[in-house]
This record gives sequence, structure tokens and C-alpha cells, in this order.
Amino acid sequence: MLKENVTVALAGNPNCGKTSIFNNITGARQHVGNYPGVTVERREGTRRFQGKELLMVDLPGTYSLTAHSLDELVARNVIIDEKPDIIVNILDASNLERNLYLAVQLLEMESPMVFALNMMDVAEKNGEKVDDNLLSEKLGVPVVQTIASRNEGTDILLKTVLKATTEYQSRPFHINYGSEIEGKITELSLALKTLTNVKYPLRWLAVKLLENDQDVYQTISNRSEGQLVLALVAQNREYLKSAFQEEIDLVIAERRYNFVADIYKAVTAPHSHMAQTVSDRIDSILTHRVLGLPLFLAIMWLLFNLVFTMGDYPKDWIESGFAALGHLVGQYMADSDLKSLLVDGVIGGVGSVLSFLPNILILFLGIALLEDTGYMARAAFVMDRIMRAVGLHGKSFIPLLLGFGCSVPAIMGTRTLENPKDRMVTMLVAPLMSCSARLPVYTLLAAAFFSERTAGTVLFSVYFLGIVLAVLMALIFRKFLFAGDSEAFVMEMPPYHIPTIRSMATHMWERGVLYLKKAGTLILAATILVWFMTNYPTNIEYSKDYDQLKEAAEAAFTEQVAVQVLAPLQLGKVEDNAALSSLISDIKERKVADNWPEKLAAEDTALYPYAFSYVDGEEEKEDHLKQLEKEQAAEKLSNGYAGQLGHLVEPVIQPLGFDWKMGVGLVSAMAAKEVLVSTLGTIYSVGDVADDNTSLQDALANDPSFNPLVAYSLMVFTLIYSPCFSALAVMRRETNSWKWTGFTFLYSTVLAWVVTFIVYQAGLLLGY
Amino acid sequence: MLTKLHLLKPGQLGQVVRISGEGTIKRRIIDMGIIGGTEIKVQKFAPLGDPMEIKVKNFNLSLRKSEAALIEVEVE
Repeated sequence: MLKENVTVALAGNPNCGKTSIFNNITGARQHVGNYPGVTVERREGTRRFQGKELLMVDLPGTYSLTAHSLDELVARNVIIDEKPDIIVNILDASNLERNLYLAVQLLEMESPMVFALNMMDVAEKNGEKVDDNLLSEKLGVPVVQTIASRNEGTDILLKTVLKATTEYQSRPFHINYGSEIEGKITELSLALKTLTNVKYPLRWLAVKLLENDQDVYQTISNRSEGQLVLALVAQNREYLKSAFQEEIDLVIAERRYNFVADIYKAVTAPHSHMAQTVSDRIDSILTHRVLGLPLFLAIMWLLFNLVFTMGDYPKDWIESGFAALGHLVGQYMADSDLKSLLVDGVIGGVGSVLSFLPNILILFLGIALLEDTGYMARAAFVMDRIMRAVGLHGKSFIPLLLGFGCSVPAIMGTRTLENPKDRMVTMLVAPLMSCSARLPVYTLLAAAFFSERTAGTVLFSVYFLGIVLAVLMALIFRKFLFAGDSEAFVMEMPPYHIPTIRSMATHMWERGVLYLKKAGTLILAATILVWFMTNYPTNIEYSKDYDQLKEAAEAAFTEQVAVQVLAPLQLGKVEDNAALSSLISDIKERKVADNWPEKLAAEDTALYPYAFSYVDGEEEKEDHLKQLEKEQAAEKLSNGYAGQLGHLVEPVIQPLGFDWKMGVGLVSAMAAKEVLVSTLGTIYSVGDVADDNTSLQDALANDPSFNPLVAYSLMVFTLIYSPCFSALAVMRRETNSWKWTGFTFLYSTVLAWVVTFIVYQAGLLLGY
Repeated sequence: MLTKLHLLKPGQLGQVVRISGEGTIKRRIIDMGIIGGTEIKVQKFAPLGDPMEIKVKNFNLSLRKSEAALIEVEVE
């Protein structure tokens, strides 16, 4: 049977070089998605080789194939449901015994298989010799030697894979579990035979049922005749348990390991396992009793600064680049809804999507570096004690730290957590770390309402409140949402090694593309939504007729010029007198440049008063027009959908000391928290506050509905309430669930209300 | 002398006698290759005293003391 397409599944332990081999085979022709309904990543790629199209599926790296962990379940379901033509099991030669434990479990599933004996160079350095021919003979599987880090053996591996798919005779593989267990396996296999249409190997099913595998148990119990079999299983498990005085699944696992140990001893030369390696020597410094923590903190400080300090340069370039682009496009288009959509909605939206990219790329470069060198496991080792106290894992620390910069990379950074419960809790509380986008809000309010002496304390208290809430919420989520068996910490500390540039670049590139494709589109949509809500409806009934007022201002100016300049000089228009118009432009220019020389361009000083009168009049008119525009913008915003929403939520936020203006601000700040500042700028009719917000500070300080307590409450609410749309979009992508995304929005907003209520009401009681 | 893994000192060697406890954690320990007869060497304890790092079957493993307490070992 010659097939054009060959499906190959890559299986192996974590840290065995599986991903390197996958990259070596597929190159750039790969993509990452999710397995349906779960957060486990599915990595696929293709490779054309000897006229065949190879479809490669990279299974999650696992140590075993139980139903205890999601990764293991996913890996084996791919083998059962998708029936790959062949499995390539990558074995870390320097760690062969544990790797063979997974190998024999794969063999028990009776799929055709090829071994890639990887990291032979490392094994040899450790003084380990592996007899690959004997290994092949003992297990009946072709063995190919590879060194993935140097891309050696890839072609031979592929040749062997193709050869095996045509020649391989799938033969039953038996581990002898001892006569008592074997008897029960045979008995169960016979019972299972009565079930029709079973897609699993019978012996494997029987073993799994004896192991009390919940997934297989469910499959069988869903069948009509299944209950009979399960009754037999329960009976046999009881019998074996009393015979061995031990849970039978553990006996089976032990016997499997003993089988592996025998093979391992046969194919390797005896040598010491307890020698101190180079890795151990590096560890004696990096996880040192005294130095371990300071070194860890120093590395975290470096990572944080790399991501946010270095990343902020390209971020600024992208932001100003898009601002310039928006400006440029704006110049070539007449004022219209389309222009506004294009400039403020689309260009602004794409800009905000891309502006996160440098941070994300650097973050994942940093994470790849930490993971590939092996330091990540050490970081977890050092921090676990502290993080466990709040119900989290040692590895939770890094995403939480990143949260102080931006929730988007923080949420993406939770990928390093393998346990789904730890990962979810970390993701849910990460937005409580006060991100840098919230800082402009704090500084604006602190500057307007607190003295310089107290502003620092106020800021610190907000940040500290975020940390306290994160700890509290983590404990609560752990207890009520993700209760039950806490999973084992048991974690491999992989040997340190120098990462390849290629693998880090791949990692970085992949994350970047993923962010742009999945989260980017949502962020863009959200930006356009906020643009729409702040700009529509357009048919607002204004309290004043702004158009007429603008026209009146123009007319007043024309009149003034006619009376004070044109009439005395007996001119039709200013341009008729070249000396006068050049003097006017000269004055304007120098006013802008703030430089007044003794002598202006005109020789005729008699023209001076007229020119000044013209310039002053024009300035007055411009100011008047600007004032009208600001008022109109404020009214437009207040009556737009966002404004309506602000009014709508006013009764709800009144107990927090907020009025509708803050409501509008909070609603629009869902796009990004710093938007609160610019929205308040629009509402208070102080115009663009991007660069300098002292006028907004004054406006806020003069508003009777504001006082220091309200300002502090607003800071607290801004800290806690729903993460911005970008963070929610990334959350959606990472959890693969709208439910959790909605939950995050809801829980944080409710929490914000409750905490702010307490702060505000307590403040009132205390007389602030 | 029979004792528990978390009570060993850094550098001390022990041989696994049995693993108590049940469920996922116990299975995970066994899946990592810690079964009766396995040799274990304690590498160190984390700066804050927990978790601990051990060497087993040619690789290093970290586990919390509460997990190590499930592993009974024989030391000379």
C-alpha cells in the first residue's frame, strides 16, 4: 500500500529534543492551534520527502500516558482517534530509562513506531553507551540516532519512517505483568471481545481498565454491554488489590518500570548515576541557599527591564508612526464619518495592536531563553515556597511580575505553567497587578488632588492593594473554583544547556504570529467598537447651534478686520497691500517662534498697529472657535452611546462617589486604561491632553464633584475593574473559552465595585 | 535505617522501600521512575527550605517536602 500522504506523530518526554526535531523536519512549514475544547496546544507541520507529503503532529511532551493529566490524555487520544501512520518516539539517550517508560506504553498501544535515539552526544559525554542495535532487536522497533541540536540524522530518520510505513508489521507487544495479573488481563480481553466495534487494542484496554483509567472507564460505560465488563473489572481489581496488598494500578506501573529497567540494563554499559555533572555545579550557584534568591530577583529585574524598557522604544516608534500615518491620511481626506473611522478606528486600532508586539516578542525571547537554558525550572524551585503559600506554583511568579508592565504578556506568559489549574488561577489574578497603562490615570489624579509629599504614598498604596487582592483572589479561586486534588509539584530539573538561536527565534516568531492572528483581530474589533461608541450617534441635538456660533465668530472677525484694518487703509482685502500681508505673516511666525527682534520686515512702521490688530483679532477668533469645538466635543461625547452608557451606569456608581463623567471615562477606558485620561480631557473640554495634562488637572480640581476621596476611589476602581479589551482578547485566546473571559470581566468589575464602595464609604465615615 | 526522603540531608543516599499515599501524586512519583529499589541522592533544599532536589536514574528532580514524605527510604 503506497500512500501519497503519511501522518507522523512525534511523541516523547519533555526536554528530550522533540521540538527541535520537529523544527528540523518541518522548518517554517508549521502552525500552532489548540486541541478542540482544551488549552493544550496542537503543533502541526508538513514536509515533502522522497515524493511523499509528511504531515507531522507534535504531541505534548509527557512522561507517561495516564488519564491523570490533560497532556497525556491528549497525546494518547491523538494516537487512538487519528491513527497516525507511524509514531516517532524521541528518546533522550542521556536519560534512557525514564524515556523508555513512555516508549513501552506507546508500544502497548500497538501502533507502528520508530525510535529516534536523540542526544547521543550528551550521553557519551556522561560516559553512557547505548547499544542501539540491541535496543531495536529487544523492542522490535527501528532505531535511528539523531543529534537534534546540530540537525544530524534527520534525513535518515525520515527515510526510516517512510520505510517503516510500508514494511512495518504491527506486532502485538507484551509486557509480562506476572501470572496473576496476566490471568485477569486475559479474562478481561475475552470479555471486551464481546463489545462490537472497539477501536482500541483489547489488551491495552484490559490493562487500562485494571489501572482504573477514568477515560477508558467512561468509554466502556457508555456502551450498552459495557456495564457487564465494568462489573468484572471492579471484581478483578478488588481481587488483585487484596492479593498484592496495594493498589493494582501502582503495581502495574512498577512492573512496567521493572521491565524497562531490564531492557535499560541490557542495552547500556553499567556506570555511576550519581556523579556530579556540570549542571549540578552551575546549580550550586544558581539555586544556592543564600545566593539563589538574590540571583533569581536579579534575573527577573533584567527580564522586566528588557521587556518594558527596551520594548518601549520600538513601541513608541510604532505608536508615533501610526499617529503620523493617521495624520497623513487625515490630510488627504475630507472630514467625514469614513475619515474618522479610518483614522481613529482602523489606523488607531492597528497601531494599538502592533504597539504591543515589541513587548511580546522580547518577552517570549526572554521566556524562550529561560526555558531553553533550563533556568525556568530553577526559578520555580526557588520561588515555590512563597507562591505555594497563596495557592500558586513556583512558576506563577514570572507572569505575575510581568503583570506590572502589561497584562497582555503576563497572560501569555502563563503558558509556562503546565498544570491547568495553576495556569487558570494565575491568569485570573494577573490583571490585578497594576499595569503601566494605569499609571497615567494615577499620576493625573494624584497630581490634581494630593500634595507632592503624599502622592508617592497614595501611588504605593494602590499598587500594594493590587498585590493584596491578587493574593486574596488566588486563595479564593483555589479554594472554590479549582479545588480538589492539588497536583504534584514533582518536576524535572533539566540539565542546563546553551539554546540554539534558531529554536529561540522560532519560539518568538510563533508567539508573535499567534498574538497578531488571534488576539490582534479582537483588539482591533474592540478599538473600532469604542470608536463607534464615542462618535455615534451623530444626529445629536446640541444645546447650542455650534455651526451658527462658529459662523458668527468668523463673521465677527471679518467685520473687525473691515472696520479696523481695511477701512482706514482703504483696502479691499489684506492681500492688496503686499507690505501689510507680509508684515502679518512675519508677526505670526515670530509669535510662534517666540522671538521678537527690534526690526520687523516692513519698512513702513505706520503699518504696525494695523498688522497687530489683525493678528490679535485672528487669535481671538481661533481661541473662540477652539473653545466652541471643545464644548461641542464634550457634548457629543456626553450624548453619544458611550456617554449614554455613562449616564446609564451613574446610579450604580454613585455609591462609589462617581458621576456620569467618570462613568463615560471608565466605559471608554475599557479599550485601554490610559484612555480614561484622554476621555476626561474631552469631557472637561480641555482638548488634547496627550502631552501635557496640567489644564486637565486644574479642571478636575475645580470640579465640585471631585475631591481627594473621589479621586482615590477612582484610582482604586481603575486598578481593579475589568482588564482592558486587549487583555480580555488575549485571555480568550489563551483559555480558548468565552466563559472564562466573561468571568474575568465580571468578577473583576464586581470586585472593583465592592472594594471601591468600602474605600469610599469608609472614607466618608472617617470624614475625608 | 528506615526513614523518609524529606528527612535526608544533602548528599545523603537512600534506596526506596515503598511509597505511601495514593492517587495522582503517588502515580506521578512512580511515573518519574521512583519505585521500590530505586537509588536516590539528595542534592539540596531550596533557599527557603522547600522544595528539595534529588538525583534519581541519571536525572534531577525537584519535589515538595510533603511529596518526599510519601517516599520511605533505607539509608545505611
